Amino acid sequence: MTVLAERPPAIEAITGVAPGGPDGDRPRPLRRRDLDDNLSLAGAALGSLAFTWLLYYQFLPLSGVVGFVLAWYAAFLAFYAAVTWQSHPWTVVKDRLMGTVVTAGAVVVGGGLVWTIVTTFWNGFDAFTHPNFFTTSMAGVRTNAAFTQGGILHALVGSGIEIGIAVAIALPLGLGTAVYMSEVGGRFAVVVRTVVEAMTALPDLVAGLFIYTTLVVGLRLGRTGLAAALAIAITMLPIIARSAEVVLRVVPGGLREAGSALGASQWQTVWRVVLPTARPGLATALILGIARGIGETAPVLIVSGLSTFTNADPVHNPMASLPLFAYFAVRSPEKAYITRGYAAASVLLAVVLVLFVVVRLLARQRKATSR
Amino acid sequence: MSISLHTADVPRSLRPVHTRGDRIFRLGARGVGAFVLVLVGAIGLFLGAQLVPTLHRYGLHFFTENRWIPNRDIVGVSAAILGTVEVAVMALLIAFPLALATALYISEYAPPRLRNFLTLLVDLMAAVPSIVYGVWGYFQLQPYAKLISRWLAEYVGWFPLFQVPGGQPHSASWPKSNFVQSPFIASLVVSMMVVPLACAVMRNVFAQAPLHEREAAMALGATRWGVIRSVVLPFGRAGIVGGTMLGLGRALGETIAVLLILSTSYDLSIHPLHVNGVTLSSFIANGFNEATSGQLSALLAAGFVLFCMTLVVNTLAAMIVNRSRSGATTEI
Repeated sequence: MTVLAERPPAIEAITGVAPGGPDGDRPRPLRRRDLDDNLSLAGAALGSLAFTWLLYYQFLPLSGVVGFVLAWYAAFLAFYAAVTWQSHPWTVVKDRLMGTVVTAGAVVVGGGLVWTIVTTFWNGFDAFTHPNFFTTSMAGVRTNAAFTQGGILHALVGSGIEIGIAVAIALPLGLGTAVYMSEVGGRFAVVVRTVVEAMTALPDLVAGLFIYTTLVVGLRLGRTGLAAALAIAITMLPIIARSAEVVLRVVPGGLREAGSALGASQWQTVWRVVLPTARPGLATALILGIARGIGETAPVLIVSGLSTFTNADPVHNPMASLPLFAYFAVRSPEKAYITRGYAAASVLLAVVLVLFVVVRLLARQRKATSR
Repeated sequence: MSISLHTADVPRSLRPVHTRGDRIFRLGARGVGAFVLVLVGAIGLFLGAQLVPTLHRYGLHFFTENRWIPNRDIVGVSAAILGTVEVAVMALLIAFPLALATALYISEYAPPRLRNFLTLLVDLMAAVPSIVYGVWGYFQLQPYAKLISRWLAEYVGWFPLFQVPGGQPHSASWPKSNFVQSPFIASLVVSMMVVPLACAVMRNVFAQAPLHEREAAMALGATRWGVIRSVVLPFGRAGIVGGTMLGLGRALGETIAVLLILSTSYDLSIHPLHVNGVTLSSFIANGFNEATSGQLSALLAAGFVLFCMTLVVNTLAAMIVNRSRSGATTEI
């Protein structure tokens, strides 16, 4: 779209005269906002604010911030349309109105995200500022204990082990699927791609139910960390496979042809050329998978119970994990325990945020190397 | 040493001959691909197998009965199926305009410098764990959402869907407990999870709208909204439909956030603003740990119903999105 922002230079070259001529017939600016734009917007916003305040709080027996904001927005749309209608055709009115509606929609979504993140950290603040929150477990600690006692070490250890096992299983399988879809191809690959995409939005609960029927009951594995890790691996697999395939498809075909022309077999080309070229993107795929897997609550709730002590053995006894701890903590009636639940959710959110910063850095690095 | 120059030119065969290593590689890759199919098939098979004893015991009433009283041997999933559809459809009604607006904002209105960052934010929003959304919805959103519920019941209450039994909306002290933990509030939270999913697909398709058609619309004097109406939206129609359906699949299967918000009574809920309601996933997750073996297979059968619903919706969505992607090259 940046192309459009500049005036095409060709006109003068072709016609030999400057565009417009003495009348000043110039190409309209496409992205610039002029005084009329800014003043109509500001005027409509202020006018509708005053109008709504007067009507809402002074004349009508209404109250509440939510209602006020909604009424203000409705009045703003009407004012803005009326102001624009004074000096512009209907097309411009429509353009401006839809612009505000679209922007408002985006602002609502962004506001929801910010609201979620800020309140999660804010409400957990009291608990996770104590260092013992990360170094001790809840073993022998009452739910209403002071924040200087107990912590989520057991959940951290559990989540770490479960994610480790899940990555060890889901990474090779997901990468293999991606290589199959993008490098081998064929009609069967289209079927696999469709199924992988459908699997991405498969309810995480179903993965838990599957592991429960096959492993926990069928193979008598019991409710353990391993069962939870396997359920997480099932939910991670399609994410890794899909994002890895997108990355592999971006690798230029010329590189593959160059490999073949040098006499490399397809396997050598994939292993020595395609995968190394796509390495930052593949790391992104893995991180997206981890970000999804670490927050999985429903399957973990089904196949593994919550323990209050640190259990580092994935094949015996239930294993705590961060989302599970947060779930049980916020369901308790104890206010202090709810705060601990918030704090566990904050840690979860912080992990996801850090993973996304890493993704961003990797993307930048990829851009730098491709230049 | 004479070379005949008069032989006819025969193109050499270009059929690739794979080395043994390559044959193993291709076989292995195909095997991994097949494993994914087998995995999905096995999920369906093992859960579907639980349908047999359940149907054997309860008959087809399992799908039509709307009560769940295992003690009296009355077990049926129709209330949960209806509740699931109810929450998912409401979530979609809320999420669709928001996702469309966000996708349009990122691809058409946002300053180009911010575009990558905003895309990353949407991806981040999709990666926020559902437990975080659930906690936010229960403790932060609910106090405000119940005001909206009350307003709707008060002024639009003549419409059956907005009625709240026992709500007494016009009285000075309103019974707040009738307005909380409702399917409506659950669908608000679910919509927060549907928006990024649908938005990412839509934005992707909008960004592929052909540049020359945009420029043509601009040259004809179209405003920014004119370009969107005449080029971006028609081009992205498949992406809009596919993204929304992908979101529907997510909304049908969402568990933890719904479980945190809905009260856990098993009731056929016909009043979305009222306190009671149940969805398949929240019901399964809630009843799983205390279930006896007979109930367990009924719960797993309910899980199979959920699996089938989401698989159909998701596969349709994936096919629609894929078709739009393959048609991304426009004819000149």
